[in-house]
Amino acid sequence: MTTPGNGQGSADAAVRVQDLCITFPTLDGDVHAVDGLSFEVARGGALGIVGESGSGKSATSLALMGLHRGTKAKITGEISVAGTDIVTASNDRIRQMRGNEIAMVFQDPMSSLHPQYTIGDQLIEAYRTHNPKAAKAEAKKRAIESLDRVGIPEPARRINSYPHEFSGGMRQRVVIAMALMCDPTVLLADEPTTALDVTVQAQILDLLDDLRRDLNMSLILVSHDLAVVAGSVDEVLVMQKGKAVEHGDVRQVLSEPEHPYTRALLAAVPRVEVSRAQRRAEVRADRAKAEGRELPAEDAEKKEQEKAAEAPAGTGTAASPAGDGAWTPDQPLLKAEDLVMKFKVRGGAFGRSSDFFAVKNASFELYKGETLGIVGESGSGKSTLSRMVMRLLQPTSGKVVFEGRDITRISERQLRPLRRDVQMVFQNPYSSLNPRVTIGDSIGTALRVQGEKDTKQIKQRVQELLERVGLEPRHYNRFPHAFSGGQRQRIAIARALILRPKLVICDEPVSALDVSTQDQVLRLLSELQDDFDLTYIFVAHDLAVVRQVSDRVAVMRKGEIVEMSDSDSVYESPQDEYTRSLLNAAPVLDPDEARAHRAERIRLRAEKSTAA
Amino acid sequence: MVTYILRRLGAGVLLLAIVTLVTFMIFYVVPRMAGQTVQQLATMYVGKAPTAEAIEATIDRLNLDQPVALQFWEFVKGIFVGATYSFGGREVVCSAPCFGYSFQNYTEVFPELMARLPITFSLGLGAGVIWLIGGVAVGVISAIKKGSIFDRLAMGVALAGVSLPVFFTGLLMLAFLVHAWDIFETPRYTPLAEDPVAWMTGMILPWLTLAFLHAAQYARQTRAGMLETMGEDYIRTARAKGLPERKVILKHGLRPTLTPIVTIFGLDIGLVLGGAVLTEQVYSLNGIGRYAVQAIISQDLPVILGVTLLGAFFVVVCNLIVDLLYAWVDPRVRVAG
Repeated sequence: MTTPGNGQGSADAAVRVQDLCITFPTLDGDVHAVDGLSFEVARGGALGIVGESGSGKSATSLALMGLHRGTKAKITGEISVAGTDIVTASNDRIRQMRGNEIAMVFQDPMSSLHPQYTIGDQLIEAYRTHNPKAAKAEAKKRAIESLDRVGIPEPARRINSYPHEFSGGMRQRVVIAMALMCDPTVLLADEPTTALDVTVQAQILDLLDDLRRDLNMSLILVSHDLAVVAGSVDEVLVMQKGKAVEHGDVRQVLSEPEHPYTRALLAAVPRVEVSRAQRRAEVRADRAKAEGRELPAEDAEKKEQEKAAEAPAGTGTAASPAGDGAWTPDQPLLKAEDLVMKFKVRGGAFGRSSDFFAVKNASFELYKGETLGIVGESGSGKSTLSRMVMRLLQPTSGKVVFEGRDITRISERQLRPLRRDVQMVFQNPYSSLNPRVTIGDSIGTALRVQGEKDTKQIKQRVQELLERVGLEPRHYNRFPHAFSGGQRQRIAIARALILRPKLVICDEPVSALDVSTQDQVLRLLSELQDDFDLTYIFVAHDLAVVRQVSDRVAVMRKGEIVEMSDSDSVYESPQDEYTRSLLNAAPVLDPDEARAHRAERIRLRAEKSTAA
Repeated sequence: MVTYILRRLGAGVLLLAIVTLVTFMIFYVVPRMAGQTVQQLATMYVGKAPTAEAIEATIDRLNLDQPVALQFWEFVKGIFVGATYSFGGREVVCSAPCFGYSFQNYTEVFPELMARLPITFSLGLGAGVIWLIGGVAVGVISAIKKGSIFDRLAMGVALAGVSLPVFFTGLLMLAFLVHAWDIFETPRYTPLAEDPVAWMTGMILPWLTLAFLHAAQYARQTRAGMLETMGEDYIRTARAKGLPERKVILKHGLRPTLTPIVTIFGLDIGLVLGGAVLTEQVYSLNGIGRYAVQAIISQDLPVILGVTLLGAFFVVVCNLIVDLLYAWVDPRVRVAG
């Protein structure tokens, strides 16, 4: 590994790591989480550490804070932060250093603040721990300044608020404000935006970049996503299985990656400029190659056309028995008309309630074999809309028509046969599978519910499907904890597909996954669509992901669909201002382009604030 | 916040009304449904070898031959405005709150309850303080030193505490601490105002006995809660700020752990104030619990009814206090409320 900037001499470095090894003893022997890692960060410099989960990047960042102490981790090598040797220093010295010389911003702002203390208490505490002689008033003044610095409006009033009164992005700002309380030399941000929406992610990254330059701090930005670090760091270090496989200038690494792993990682990053057609062709070609058959591009296209031609005459599957007029495949499979979801919100001391529209007059049509992407930030109503379509939520008003049949008000019993046709894949593969049920049972239950009695038959069908989604038939009797996040999502997909549904609603199916796993799952979904002639509704906040899977895209904001069109035109010539701001916030891989986007965002924000 | 308090208060009153109705039905209506005649019911009031005349007089006095609704109304009225009974032509005023007369010795139930209340209060509150502080402290230390000898020993003792009944631990303590080793004196109640030292020395053994039973449960709960809390992200944040470990544990770790503890403490203390039956019985303390035991043995319905209502009252009040405390301990409740 070449370490650039060696010539500067390490005395100048804010952080210096030499030959770091972190080992966790387990019953199966030692696990080397980090194995011989070395890097330096200059004062005021910025380093990105990128790798998949399990690559050792989080173990490294915890070790930099000395937070490995009190755990079973064993550390050898050298870590020096602002002149302090973390490996050998006394516990007391480490404690003085934390928050004072090196401060940390964590992944999940929803859980990293104490729910029972005001943010003011928590900020003031951070200052007074290291400045015990400081008066409370002085600390409070600092806290207000710090909150103001990170862009919390009305800091003097908000200082008395509790964390739950803030949104996720605002909470992350509070965490950053807390990190700034003692003017640290180094700011360590471990996946600071993974839990946030794109626009909020962009804001937080912009803020970190601004603070770093303004306060001359060193920044270490840890992420699984190369596109997140691209615009914010000078150097990047790619980790795989505890080792640095590539380390160098960010432009160099991103434009001419040397190591195959870096190249694979780069290839997996979903790019907002890649269209659905390109991506689909790519997936099909890769698949053909893997299966050792020839499938020239024209063939694929022809097949597509044939399918389209064939479809109307087609299998004639289920003309609804209810007989709302026979449904034919040239009509929309699913039609949503003016769907509204209204909640009563209790507010004020006397329980006055007001109406809150989670979804307002949303309409769309979806044809067989198509994918509709619904994109928007959290709270935009995209999940609510997708659930209403499935009748998991009862719409306040409006109509859902499936295969020509109005299903908005039909009873749960009448709905049951339709449950077969519409299935769902959820966001969090860790909580959507029952940990006490084997995956075979998890998947097979749906068959049993729908009346299949032959256990052997069920097992066989489940095993076939397991194989199809990239798992092994012998996994049938294992429990969910034995699987990784990506594998669990495959299980969830198998569970949705076991009944051969016509429509699958995927609610943020990949947002909890690493980029490379994300790529695999997206490929799988695309292949399954080809094989089973599926129709998807794909709900996500990641614009690039949505573009790659969707024929048409609906952009939602505050419960309304602000723009809906075929995906290429939404992405290439967005009509709505909100869509444009979303696109501008999407992370890009090219560092120069990323910085240009940032400058544009800052300009827009400045314009907005002067206008207001 | 005001709405929250008012709603809780309303719910508490409603609950008490329901408890009153149900208890009344159990004691006065269910026996009738089971075939007991009015005469038999009245006989219990009159005592040994009753004359037919006395029975008639009792039926008349207690309105036993009237419809149930009227009887209940008279009972409730008695609680609020008092009642007047005639004993053989003699008018006796039972002032509000009137829970009626004991079958056994013709004393008013309510003053009897009040006379015993200080004993039960002394026992319950004293023991409550000990088990809360002791249990939580042991739980915290156990959680932090998880797997240590202290932890294993403490959890072993806690298991014993939960499983051993009071009449066993109490007698054991009496046998060893009082009679064999002469460490404590024989438990005896002295009013606090009279002699605080005697009050304390007399109560210490009952306190320990009752506290041991509950502290065990609190230690286990605290330990489990603490282990969970210490794994939270905000604990890592607190450490990353550079807080000393002591502060991380006591300020950031303990507070969320205490929230569920406060809830069960409210329930437990409410129950104990309604009469710590076993402890009072073992140490012969004349509190509410012992009064209840005596009443049950002699089938003294008005007393049983009075004790039940008093117990329910304490449980409801303690829960009300807990609900309010909750809003103070956990700011998120304030919004939801």
